Amino acid sequence: MQRDGKRSMTGGQPLTVAALVSVGRHPVTGRPRRAEFDARAVELGLSLAPGEALRLVHAGARTPDSDSALRGYLGMGIGAVEVLEQPEGADVVPALEAWVRTAAPRLVLCGAHGETGEASGLVPFLLAERLGWSLVCDLAEVEAVDGETMTVLQALPRGQRRRLRVRLPAVITVDAAARAARQSAFGPARRGELRPLAAAVTPDREAEGWARTPARKRPKRLKIVKATSARERFKAAAAKAEGGGGQVLTGVSARAGAEAILKLLREEGVLR
Amino acid sequence: MLDVILPVLVLGALVLALVGGVRRIRLWRQGRPSPVALVPGLAAMPRRYLVDLHDVVARDREFARTHVATGGGFVAAAVLLILVHGFQVESRLLAWALIAASIVMFAGALRVAARRRNPPARLSRGPWMRLPKSLIAFSSGVFLVTLPTAGIVPAGFGGWLIAALLAAVVAWGLAEMFFGMGWGGPMKHAFAGALHLAFHRRPERFGGGRSTGLVPLDLDDNAATLGVGKPDDFTWNQLLGFDACVQCGRCEAMCPAFAAGQPLNPKKLIQDMVVGMAGGTDAAYAGSPYPGRPVGEHGGSAHSPIVLREGRALVDADTLWSCTTCRACVEECPMMIEHVDAILDMRRYLTMEHGNTPNKGKEVLENLAATDNPGGFDPASRMNWAADLDLPLISARGAAEVLLWMGDGAFDLRNQRTLRALVKVLRAAGVDFAVLGNEELDSGDVARRLGDEAGFQALAVRNAATFARYRFGEILTCDPHSFHVLKNEYPAFGARYEVSHHSSYIARLIELGRLPLSDWAGGRVTYHDPCYLGRYNGEYEAPRSALKGIGIQVVEMGRSGFRSRCCGGGGGAPITDIPGKRRIPDMRMDEINETAAEIVAVGCPQCTAMLEGVVGPRPEVLDIAELVAAQLVAAPVSVPRQTREVAA
Repeated sequence: MQRDGKRSMTGGQPLTVAALVSVGRHPVTGRPRRAEFDARAVELGLSLAPGEALRLVHAGARTPDSDSALRGYLGMGIGAVEVLEQPEGADVVPALEAWVRTAAPRLVLCGAHGETGEASGLVPFLLAERLGWSLVCDLAEVEAVDGETMTVLQALPRGQRRRLRVRLPAVITVDAAARAARQSAFGPARRGELRPLAAAVTPDREAEGWARTPARKRPKRLKIVKATSARERFKAAAAKAEGGGGQVLTGVSARAGAEAILKLLREEGVLR
Repeated sequence: MLDVILPVLVLGALVLALVGGVRRIRLWRQGRPSPVALVPGLAAMPRRYLVDLHDVVARDREFARTHVATGGGFVAAAVLLILVHGFQVESRLLAWALIAASIVMFAGALRVAARRRNPPARLSRGPWMRLPKSLIAFSSGVFLVTLPTAGIVPAGFGGWLIAALLAAVVAWGLAEMFFGMGWGGPMKHAFAGALHLAFHRRPERFGGGRSTGLVPLDLDDNAATLGVGKPDDFTWNQLLGFDACVQCGRCEAMCPAFAAGQPLNPKKLIQDMVVGMAGGTDAAYAGSPYPGRPVGEHGGSAHSPIVLREGRALVDADTLWSCTTCRACVEECPMMIEHVDAILDMRRYLTMEHGNTPNKGKEVLENLAATDNPGGFDPASRMNWAADLDLPLISARGAAEVLLWMGDGAFDLRNQRTLRALVKVLRAAGVDFAVLGNEELDSGDVARRLGDEAGFQALAVRNAATFARYRFGEILTCDPHSFHVLKNEYPAFGARYEVSHHSSYIARLIELGRLPLSDWAGGRVTYHDPCYLGRYNGEYEAPRSALKGIGIQVVEMGRSGFRSRCCGGGGGAPITDIPGKRRIPDMRMDEINETAAEIVAVGCPQCTAMLEGVVGPRPEVLDIAELVAAQLVAAPVSVPRQTREVAA
């Protein structure tokens, strides 16, 4: 029903949509797979632009692992994924920008952050900035699309939603609030095409000097509940997080702000 | 006058039957190729009919005799009719034989008519209600027109009116029996059934054999459709098999999903495939519908999709996902139709081409791909259940007499109790065993039953490679699903090993006197046969003899052995979870309660989970390994005991 609504809103003109897809990594076994949030972006793309109007693009190094992960997106019923070949250590944003300018979609979708590499979630922001497009993050649902604008629901914490009108073209990121991706089927995944495209390579100067270490689990504060009754325990479990000891700094100098932050970090034992 | 009319009638009907037969064959030939042994198949057909098919029919003794009289009488009468009246062969002997055959057939037809007077719900109505009348018309008509030929009454007896009347009766009989055979009437079953027996896709099933493993799908062919999406994606002999259905509804009467009110009826499914093959709608179907789905709304053709993503086609996806693959329909089918193969072929298409496995199916298949177990658990934690047992790893030893296959039950708290009991039994008997530990992967059973053949094959290939690295005498498992897959479906991937279910292994240990056991002092015990051990592998005796070995007299349920009712846990049914009116395990528990047993012995993790999921009060559900382990006496055996209860 939603799908029909959207089609009528576009007045018969198919909305051209591009989804940026990356190589994911299973959290338990580390096996390559389609990235969870990117797959949700593709799912959203399929509901907005069925068939040829949806194009998928991936920028990155090509390995057998990355190919098998990208086939996961093909298995959702996608004909082809365009692959901008980028060596390890390249900045993929310029290549993506060039591709988007050529392909000229009205909408670019991607997951809120990847599962491999830096996974910083910055790519959509950098891309929107370079393109000069509007950006909506954490999209839950697209309600309506007309020629120049679209109405969307943005996900806020604790299930709240905010209705936004967005001017097209736009970059949109999705996370766990968007509809789950459909199953990836073996047949279409095998028959779909991974179409390599030549792309200019920009080395990531910034990242060259970085020292990389394996990630450590962040320490988590224990939640001590001193409850004597079931009612209190329930309230404690259901209560939203309260920033009891927080402090809002407004109108202070940069130095005073930095000192306040440093003080907090020392108190929390993050810095010693 | 009859001398002129009869040859025209008989030979005319014969020609029409042949034309119809050729048309029917062309319908079957729409299917994919499937190589068969043409001449040996045809040569084996009479034996397959007289022995294998009749063995199944004879479970209903009354009707078996009816069918022998009617069918046998008809075949003899038809051949003689063609000779005596078709080609006018002058022979008193043949005429007398024809009279005898028609009398036998007439007697059978009367019995058929008697059964149809108040038919059970499983039988189809419609044209099938007409059949006994047609049988009577044919047999009595042939009898009467042959009286002059045999010289019992003078030729021309009764004048032209009687002759015309008789000719009309014979014409009716011929229309049903000859014309209807080729043109889709009820008698089609004789023609298609005979060829189906000759060209059966699993010829191993005849002569007392067993063939239950699924045929691997060729995944190397990039262009081929995976599984069956349209009726013409079936192989030609599968289509032929569907056409052989007599709509006797024995499958329907046994199907647990049908009884639970889920939208599946194996008989209707086969008829829908016939509708699809010939083109049209199911409006003419006159049997029980899929529960909750009215007849007449579905239809299709040989080249159109069987299941649509949205909207109705030949069948709904729910119907295919309701099946627990328990094989009760296949076991019961007198025509040896392979319902489960057909359902699995269509599921393969839904999963591998549509990507549309319902409910938890998607999650389970993704977990299997990412973590090699359906629950998505860390594969490195597979051995956590045995942290205190110090189980020998085969990777450390290289060889063992017995390789204990733990199965995915290793991640399940309930099944871990069974596994611990089994380990206790093995240790008490001093068995030299080892486990694969974290090297073990899911056997692929669930993936395969959910239609993910690619996922199954990936797991099978990897497991087979692991097996090949070690030396062991046999594989032992407490999971009949793993047992079936390892024993019957892995050989296609180069893994040929002796595989034992723990019930047979324990029975053997008891028989050899290797277990120090005390006598059973508990209450009444009944035993629930797992489908994948019983119907899939024919093992009904070993679990019972293992129980007998600890002194338990099994109180049998009304439906046990090859007619045992499924617990509802097979074929990924708990994962796809298609709603019905009742739950299958609840119905099974009712049957268990009828025995007034305090304990129900099981031999399968799925059955355990399904039956324990039934709300109490209900009998305790205990695995055979747990029952035996509880009877172990502490002292190790010094002297092998005499075989006792088992031999008794």
